[in-house]
Parts: sequence; C-alpha cells; structure tokens
Amino acid sequence: MFIIKHYKIFLLISATAVGFSLFSLFYFGLNFGIDFKGGSLLEVRYEEGVPSFEELRVALETNQSEEFNLRASGDKNFLIRSSFLTEEKKADVLEILSLDGRFKPIEERFNSVGPVIGEELKSKAWIAISVTLVATILFIAFAFRTVSLPAGRQANLISSWIYSLVAILALIHDILIPAGLFSFLSFLLGLEVDALFIMALLTILGYSINDTIVIFDRVRENLKSNQETGKRESFEITVGESLDQTFVRSFNTSFTVLLVLLTLFFLGGESIQNFTLVLIAGTIAGAYSSLFLACPALILINNRKAKKT
Amino acid sequence: MLKYRISSIILIVSAVVILIFIQKTENQESRFSFKFGLDLEGGSHLVYEALTSNLPDGEISGAMSSLREVIERRVNIFGVSEPIVQVERGGVIGGESNRLIVELPGVTDLKEAIRMIGRTPLLEFKLVLEDSNATSSDGFIFEDTGLTGRLLEKSTLGFDNVTGTPLVLLSFNGEGRKLFSEITQKNTGRILAIFLDGEVLSTPVIREEIRDGNAQISGNFKAEEARQLVRDLNFGALPVPIELISTQTIGPSLGEKILDEGVKAGIFGLILVVVFLVLWYRLPGLVASLALVIYGLIMLALFKLIPVTLTAAGIAGFILSMGMAVDANVLIFERMKEELRSGKLLREAINVGFKRAWFSIRDSNITGLLSAVILFWFGTSLIKGFALILGLGILVSMFSALTLTRTFLLSIPSLEKESRILRFLFSSGVSRISEK
Repeated sequence: MFIIKHYKIFLLISATAVGFSLFSLFYFGLNFGIDFKGGSLLEVRYEEGVPSFEELRVALETNQSEEFNLRASGDKNFLIRSSFLTEEKKADVLEILSLDGRFKPIEERFNSVGPVIGEELKSKAWIAISVTLVATILFIAFAFRTVSLPAGRQANLISSWIYSLVAILALIHDILIPAGLFSFLSFLLGLEVDALFIMALLTILGYSINDTIVIFDRVRENLKSNQETGKRESFEITVGESLDQTFVRSFNTSFTVLLVLLTLFFLGGESIQNFTLVLIAGTIAGAYSSLFLACPALILINNRKAKKT
Repeated sequence: MLKYRISSIILIVSAVVILIFIQKTENQESRFSFKFGLDLEGGSHLVYEALTSNLPDGEISGAMSSLREVIERRVNIFGVSEPIVQVERGGVIGGESNRLIVELPGVTDLKEAIRMIGRTPLLEFKLVLEDSNATSSDGFIFEDTGLTGRLLEKSTLGFDNVTGTPLVLLSFNGEGRKLFSEITQKNTGRILAIFLDGEVLSTPVIREEIRDGNAQISGNFKAEEARQLVRDLNFGALPVPIELISTQTIGPSLGEKILDEGVKAGIFGLILVVVFLVLWYRLPGLVASLALVIYGLIMLALFKLIPVTLTAAGIAGFILSMGMAVDANVLIFERMKEELRSGKLLREAINVGFKRAWFSIRDSNITGLLSAVILFWFGTSLIKGFALILGLGILVSMFSALTLTRTFLLSIPSLEKESRILRFLFSSGVSRISEK
C-alpha cells in the first residue's frame, strides 16, 4: 500500500521525467545517422603502427573536399562519417588515411546509404511506430472492455476505457523517456539515431505494456471477486492490494530482463551498445510506469470523480 | 504422478537429442549449420535502383525478374558462395521504385564486387535527330528507339573482310528483329548510334531496311576488347539500367569479434538469470532454469531449421528473449505462492497457479507478438531477423513455461508428503510460507 499512500509523489516523478524528456527532444532533437539521412560511414583499422588522431584529422581536412567527422574507436580503429561517398571517392579517402603510404589502413566496414533509402526508412519508421501504437491501443481497449462492473457504486466509478487510456499513457511515458535520454546523449556524446534505435523503441512498445496489463488484470479480477463475495472496500484499497499482489512479479520480470540487457551492454560489444542502452532505459521506464504511474493515475482519476459526485 | 515423470524423462531426452542435433549439424557440409548475416560473416550488401520509368507498367515485373537472373548469373560466374540476389518492390512507402538487393558473403572488396555486377553492359540504340549536327559534331541530340540489349538474342565475334578489324555481331530476338526492321525502314539515311553504358560506341548510317535482325558494331575494337564485349553481352545485357544507391561492407575480423561478444554476453546472461531464479524461487526456480535452457535449445534448433539468418541484432534479440521468457514462469510461481499462502496443498497450488496465470500470460504476450509482426514488416533484412527471433521467442517461451515447467514441477517426488523441507523449497524470496 506504500505506493498508493504516496501516489502523488510518484506521479510527480513521472511527470518530471517526461517533462525533461520532452524538453530534451524539442531542444536537442534527435541526431539522425546515415541510415536516415544518407551518407557514408567508413571504419578503418591500423595493424602496424597507428597514426595519431590529430595527424589523421589534419590530413583529411587538407585533402578531403567533403565534410567529414573523424572519431577514434578503440586503440586501432577510426570511424569517418561523411556525405554519400562513391567507391572512387572512398578509395581517395583510404589513400589520404595512409598518410602518404606511411600507414596501412585496413577497411573494416563501409556503409553508404543513398538519400532515397534514408527518407524511405524514416517514413517507414514513423508508420511502424504509429501502427504499433494503434494496434496496442486497440488491443488494450479490447482486453479491458469488461473491467467496469455494475457493482457497488463506490468501487466502480471508473469505466473500462479509462483503463485503456491510462495504459496508453504509461506506454507513451515508456517510449518518451528512452527517446528523451537518447536525444540528450546524442547532444552530449554525439550518438546517432539508426535503424536499431527504432527497433529498440518498437521492442519497448511491445514489451513494457506487459506489466501494466498484468496489474490491471489483477484489479479486474479483484473487483470481480469483491462483487461476487459482496465485499465492500474502497477502490483505493482494491487497487493497492492488487498492486501488492503483483509487485514481486513485476519487479522480478523486469529484473531478469535488465540482467540480460546489462550483460549485453557490458559484454555484447560496441555495435549494439546504443541499442541496448535504449532498451535498458525503456525497461526501467516500463517497470516504473506500471508500478508507480498506472495505478496511481487510476486512483487520481477515481478520486477526482468521487469529489464531483 | 507417474505420467508426469515419464513425460519429464521424454522431454529431457528430447532436449538432449536437440542438443546433439545442434552440435552435429555445426559443420560446413550440413545444410542445417547456422546462417550468419553479413554483419557477422563479413561481406558486401548492395542495393540497386532499377530505372524502370521508360518501361510500360506491365513489363516491369518481367524485366525485373530477368534483371535478377542476369545479375545472379554474373555473380555466380565469379564464384561467390551463397550469394543472394533479390528483387524488392518499393510498395506503398517506397513509391514505385524497384530495387535489386545483392548480398555477397565473404566479398569485402567492394570495388571488385561493383565491377563484377555493374560492368554488365547496357546496350542501347538511339537515333540522331536530323538537324542536330548543324553546329558541331559533338552536339548530337539522340532519340530513344526502345531497342536495347534486352532484345538481344546473342552476340558473336567477327572480323571485317577488308580491313580485318574485329567486329561485334549482334542478332536480335523476335521482338527485336521486328523493331529493328521498323526502325531501319522508317529512318533510312539517318544515323543510328549504338550506346554502350551511356557512351557512344559507333554511329553507323542506316543504308537500307534490315529484316533479318542482324547488326554489327565496328567500333575500332582491339581483338581482346571485342571478345570481352561479346562475352559480356552474352552473359546478359541488362534489361534495365541500374543505379547503385546503397552499399555496406563489413570486414571479416569485425564480424568475428561481434559474434564472439554476442556468444559471451549470451552465456553470462543465462548464468545470471539462472542464479537469480534459483536464489529467489528455489526448487521451482531450478525447474524454470531447466526449462529456460531447453527453451534456448529449441530456439537454436529453430534457427537452424527455418533457417533464421543470425545478425548482431538478432543475437541480441535472442539473449533478450531469454530474459523475457522467464516472465511466464515468474507469473506462475507468484500465483502458486499465493495459493500456498491461502492454505492449499502443493499439487493443488501448482495446478491452480498455472490456471490462473494463463490469462495474464496470454494478454501480456499478445502485445509483444504484435510489435514483433510490425517490426518484421518494417524491417530491412537485418531487422527482420531480430523480429522473427523476438516473435519465435514469445511463442516458444509460452510453450516452455506452460508445458515444460509444469510437467517438471508435477513430477517432483513426494509432492504429496508436504514435508517441511519441500514447502521451504517451494517458497520464495525472503518470505516464508507458514505451516497450515
């Protein structure tokens, strides 16, 4: 019942986090990578003798006409981002990177995305996110269509669509926070939004709502059994008890997912680190929202209605 | 009781069989060895846009499939193992674009790859407009005739009777013959320029109508050049021009590193989850861990059988799904614990726990499946693998929780005796289930 007692504080924390995320998204924006903007990414490795970052930067600046962005990756690797490079232009860049033949850059990876493909991915991503949201919303509305029961008036001021609404609120909360965090980090560390980022968001969309559904499921069940046994208790208590009953499960489920995500983050290699980071943020936000946002929001709405009647 | 024990033994034996299958098929010859994506294996991924705007709508899909065949032949000649050449329609979002995706595992020399594919000649015949060469010889304006390498039947090498210089002889197929005869009949006296890959190759004057569908190119070739061109034309003049719009190359060492890291993360992740399950849920936790390991084996076997192309993101998805797969078990165990608290006997608590948890498990997995399906649709080939793994993971984990865990739990010996130790083993976390 702890959560229900202090529900206003928890709601406030959520609101603050969402506020920061929105601010970050509007102020810093999202830094779209070559997957979306089009452009090239070249990764080279030096086996025998590694030139200094400065040397490379100067060489690129003096010889390369396109705009570029150089970044060291590990001890021997460098990443060069630039506008769309053709095969010939890439050969020129590799030539420059050899610093007049003094070093041997080995091409590790070369991605080159035409602007058409980038635009296409962007619109596809928006559609995918919207479709997932709508599908989830429809499902939630369907799943909770029978929650409101015509039982003791006290307990059932909330109609079923409010459960859906709150679940959707939690869902939006769950993707806004990782997106906001990512936009802040992209400002701080220059992280770029790639296709993996969209994948992570869609995964969160599908997963984070689980907890909320399970808890609401419990509320539904308890309301029903109260009605059957003729037990009268306030809505607050029913929700609080449902929360207590599902708390351990919610925590443990998110915890095991976090365990594997953390191992992926630390051991899974650099290529999926940003992806894992978004998932970690989403999982935490999802766990928080189902425990500390969804039920408190129900109570808040209920109390408002109770005052009116 | 006995029933569940026998089932348990059968399940464990099956798991061992799956394990042996996974191990035995992991060699080069087996068609069930793991398929790794380009990001793990190293190789090149090329996306070409086919410029089909000149073709009538009805002919596009035919032209695309012959384009695919031509390029596949070309790629095969150069000896790449398991190349993928596929046509992708832009669909609603991609506009009317037609794409050709070429994946070349093991080929990291992109320049070579592009040459291999792109050097296939595009042969075109264009008329020179009458009054266009008034000012200079370079200022020709050309008019498309619709006659291209697409309508070529075959090409052979010949030599000029008089000068002995090499010639490239062309013979058109039925449609080409008809078109060629029409063009030559209507435009006698005009120049019909022959283009190769957009460059003028020769500019012969049409002297008379040509009905037999034969033409020759005398472009001051060296013998070797002519031979090369003949071969290229025969291996396939491209039916439609293509343009390279996106490339990806991954070096083999980078891929290997990503794979190693993925495997390492997977093993550590599994160990951590198992440790947590056993510490918190004790005996049921141990059972769930066993179910989780079998879940992993089933998934790996499915990757081989379907087959699923494993990418870095796909492996991450698999590891993530192991964390998620526990969820159904946790739901069931928590329910079981509640039933025990309310004074039920162990066996009854297990059964009721499973029954009650089912609705939550079903509802919470449907949304996951929804997003997996949408991801699959959204995806480029790299993302599709991830979505497929996520979706499979949800289905298999439901099976493993509802069938495996349940069977194993019910086959635990002396479940009826309700001994203090057994009840302790069935309680969880820091809580204790008081005696009845």
